[in-house]
Amino acid sequence: MSVKKTYSEINEKIKKGEAVVVTAEEIIPMVEEKDAEAVAQEVDVVTTATFGPMCSSGVFLNFGHSDPPIRMKKVWLNDVPAYSGIAAVDAYLGATEEKEKNGEGLYGGAHVIQDLLDGKKVKLRALGTGTDCYPNKEVEGYITLADINEAFMFNARNAYQNYAAATNSTSKTLYTYMGVLLPKFGNVTYSTSGQLSPLLNDPEYRTIGIGTRIFFGGTIGYVSWNGTQHNSNQKRTENGVPVGPAGTLSLIGNLKEMSSEFIKAAVYEKYGVSLFVGVGIPIPVLDAEMVKKVAVKDEEIYTLVIDYGVPKRGRPVLARVSYAELKSGHITIEGKQVPTAPLSSIKKARNIANILKDWILQGSFFLQEPVQSLPANNSVGPMKLKGACEE
Amino acid sequence: MKRRFTMKFQPESTKKPLTYHLIKDYNLKVNILRADITEGQEGRLLMEVEASKADLDKGLKFLESEGVTIIPLDQHLKWDKDNCIHCGACTAVCFSGALQMDRNTWEVNKDSEKCIVCGLCVSACPLKIITVEFR
Repeated sequence: MSVKKTYSEINEKIKKGEAVVVTAEEIIPMVEEKDAEAVAQEVDVVTTATFGPMCSSGVFLNFGHSDPPIRMKKVWLNDVPAYSGIAAVDAYLGATEEKEKNGEGLYGGAHVIQDLLDGKKVKLRALGTGTDCYPNKEVEGYITLADINEAFMFNARNAYQNYAAATNSTSKTLYTYMGVLLPKFGNVTYSTSGQLSPLLNDPEYRTIGIGTRIFFGGTIGYVSWNGTQHNSNQKRTENGVPVGPAGTLSLIGNLKEMSSEFIKAAVYEKYGVSLFVGVGIPIPVLDAEMVKKVAVKDEEIYTLVIDYGVPKRGRPVLARVSYAELKSGHITIEGKQVPTAPLSSIKKARNIANILKDWILQGSFFLQEPVQSLPANNSVGPMKLKGACEE
Repeated sequence: MKRRFTMKFQPESTKKPLTYHLIKDYNLKVNILRADITEGQEGRLLMEVEASKADLDKGLKFLESEGVTIIPLDQHLKWDKDNCIHCGACTAVCFSGALQMDRNTWEVNKDSEKCIVCGLCVSACPLKIITVEFR
């Protein structure tokens, strides 16, 4: 009889403290020793995680009403502009937004988010036009995360399922969001936790969907939608793993419960600001098929090496390599041995996968079946600008 | 003893095989870590020298007599390890091998002996926790 488990059966085991939980790295040797059916019998949940720079991140904030009230038309937090083209005292602060006058060193939305998490006072300045119902035209002062009504992180694109590696063929150093790329194939950078990465362990989105409960920045969060540029149509290998950038997730969670240990501001020189986001996703072992997916290892996950020296949308692909090769410390490009380096922290990803495992073992985190699957046939199109704009 | 210096020299000194003399006449073990020489302009050599103290002193005197300015390398890298997330971005640019990723623990390790204070990691670190300091 083949093993079949439901979400509620697994949750029942979690409640009783009987669930068997392992990380996506720990399950690999188990599957090498036993067949998938036996592992499916034994293991209930596999935890996955990633901790990488994710630009498409930000927070919704509600500051509460001033007296007299203001309808904020322009908002700055520590001189970083936030978007306030929504209701009176609501704003969205994007991670990559930069301070209008940066001195030495970049400071942006990501830094404000980290400062809020660290309990620091943040300067709020807002301008309004003054209306009959919102007569106030200007407010200025300091707020803390504890002082404001709501603060939730809502990220448009996180946890990329497989991202291309970067290198540089030109004779100039390039400063990119993929780090500093040294000239003449001086290095290769890649950004993934590979065999520990959430969407690489559920490559066809069988258990990760809208409504999935996750570890998000140190607290419990949820998958709110597919992420932008969700490319489920990407080519895949036999095991369903995409060969290049594919699925993405939109995530939501309470900033007030998060920790700056798992949310960190980042600066990529001559590029801009980004935000390291810690994400952990549990995968229920529903059957032996699921075991085969979560048993995926770096040797079986391939990605493309792209030349960032060519300033075009369709940058040339120079090589196709496995994450085992990338993680070995060097790969060969055009006959040259090139050193490789990660940009996402595998150490932190392991840490997150273990924390999530502990939460489940302690019975404080339960699995949520998706209320809706991620779109199966999504593609990413280029910008389709038509015609010239008239004055 | 091992010491690191930046040698700053004028165009006329570039005509003399200075390192040859350092090795041959003063018995210094010279390792050039970085060279920045443009014809007709001031040149800079970052070198590591291994020798007895007596030989080293004589060698440096010779260089000074040739119009070379010697700047002892008193800069070093400060890495705030406690706040490091071990992403590895610094290891991508560290060609001297001072900052390396341990591929089991996935932690960054630093070997100060190998550092030539090129400063690339300062640029590459997204958390800005690596700085160059004067001793």
